Amino acid sequence: MEKLLAAPRKWWRRFKFRRKNRSLAMDIVLVVLLGGVGFISIWPLLYIINAAFKPISEIFLFPPRLFVQNPTMNNFFDLSVIIADLNVIFSRYVFNTVVITLLGTGGTVLIGSMAAFPLAKYKFPGSKFMSNAIVYSLMFNGTVTAIPNYIIMTRLHLVNSYWAVILPVIGGTFGLYLMQNFIVQVPDELIEAAKIDGMSEYKIFFKIIMPLSKPAWITLIILSFQSFWGNTGGTFLYSERLKPVSYMLSQVVSGGIARTGAASAVTLVMMLVPIIVFVISQSNVLETMATSGLKG
Amino acid sequence: MKKVMKKRMTVQEAWRLHRQKYILMLPFIVLFIVFTLVPVLVSIGLSFTSFNLFETPQFVGFRNYINLIAFDPVFLTAIKNTMLFAIVTGPASYLLCFVLAWLINELPPKVRAVMTLVFYAPSISGGAYMIWKLIFSSDAYGYANAMLMKMGLIQEPLLWFQTKEYIMPILIIVQLWLSIGVSFLAFIAGLQNVDRTLYEAGQVDGVKNRWQELWYITLPQMKPQLMFGAVMQITNSLSVSAISLDLVGFPSVDYAGHTILTHLHDYGNLRLEMGYACAIATLLFFIMIFINIIVQKLLRKVA
Repeated sequence: MEKLLAAPRKWWRRFKFRRKNRSLAMDIVLVVLLGGVGFISIWPLLYIINAAFKPISEIFLFPPRLFVQNPTMNNFFDLSVIIADLNVIFSRYVFNTVVITLLGTGGTVLIGSMAAFPLAKYKFPGSKFMSNAIVYSLMFNGTVTAIPNYIIMTRLHLVNSYWAVILPVIGGTFGLYLMQNFIVQVPDELIEAAKIDGMSEYKIFFKIIMPLSKPAWITLIILSFQSFWGNTGGTFLYSERLKPVSYMLSQVVSGGIARTGAASAVTLVMMLVPIIVFVISQSNVLETMATSGLKG
Repeated sequence: MKKVMKKRMTVQEAWRLHRQKYILMLPFIVLFIVFTLVPVLVSIGLSFTSFNLFETPQFVGFRNYINLIAFDPVFLTAIKNTMLFAIVTGPASYLLCFVLAWLINELPPKVRAVMTLVFYAPSISGGAYMIWKLIFSSDAYGYANAMLMKMGLIQEPLLWFQTKEYIMPILIIVQLWLSIGVSFLAFIAGLQNVDRTLYEAGQVDGVKNRWQELWYITLPQMKPQLMFGAVMQITNSLSVSAISLDLVGFPSVDYAGHTILTHLHDYGNLRLEMGYACAIATLLFFIMIFINIIVQKLLRKVA
């Protein structure tokens, strides 16, 4: 009897990831829990992937089916025909998206982190006020600030330029607040030691703070990329030549029932890029774990 | 010595002592003032006016607030719904995000990467929650109706989004499903920051199982991320509007899916009564600050 009980334990122990202080029974409960929630979460992803490859007859099939029966690439061909017919060349939309996303994400991470460092690690006149202002401004809803924002944009002659989309996000406090909560954890001793070595605050920021808060800014890159990628420019970009891909694709979707096939291809394409960025970045977050031991 | 320290610094002194810090913060502060602080202050100012976007705002004092609290029964429904919503989804999704992040952290790296994507999937594409419209479709072909009818639990399809008893539970389920987002990612990143050696030291000190490990080592180490997650949950669970507008429509049956933000949407985007809309936003702002203070106090006690 004892042997029987001992056998599976040994078998489990072979996995390197297992730490001490873990019981098999609890592990099983947890795996079941993860599987259950995962099953519910994965639904939309499966649906979108399947819909993109469904022929028109299956898209309108009643009752609807989740999985595609006769996969086809037709939806993507339809989409490419629509794209080829556009007034503005497709690469122009791509260019706009790349500029907005790169400048926006880079700016959010860099400018936000630069401001987060002093607020997280030092007390100085104004620091308390700024910290509070940052948390509280997260709580003011964007619907009503849109109008003052638009007036400010017009006064600064920023409307219909990339900056109209990028700057308000960088001036928002989400990124900074995220970074601040991670930079707090960088040990004070390291900063003190760096100061004794004669490092300036700027150097400390780039040489110590940023490398040690890598999981944080990679997470911020994911979130920021996602929001810039989905940004259609709204009222801030009205000339067609400045519109991003997401706007063009949303126009395809709103083209009515005749474009249902192309629309489901669009949904997949729109989702694919953030997923790729997510997977690459997230594997970096998880990788840092192996090398981190930097605390204390 | 202490008295000297407490004396207020002059601007020159502060600049001389902390110049590099202010320079690091400068680009952000400029953008923050122009694109966040000023618009928020202007909006709060507008809440004391009557403003329809076309004519100059007329100062009306506290009239918007008085109307809102005393003479707008729909707003009271909105507050009631929002609070119910926040009380259920806020803590639940906070726990869900943390528990999932913590469990994922135990898995081998490859599996962990896949599972992170799986859990984050609902948040990755903006309109993914529209799938719930298919599930709770009101005809016999909706997934929920089809399943219940097959099981013989109901004879006729239920009108999910048109029955006031079902609206709130459905919205809560969708919100919970959708809420594994920002906080979840922040917790995952935060768990990477916990020093491995602490776990080994804990074993020496007599930490016996994963629960003790969680309570004595992981949670205290993740305090900043837990605070961050709390703020995110408060703002998200009190700012529900898109799922209500898109799933049950506006206005919902008997205002069953009406929240503070759909009320704001009504006055800000449909009726163009911006002064009133700003008053709603300002009131919500103070509600959130108040709840935030309470939650932060509670969390400090726990950690």
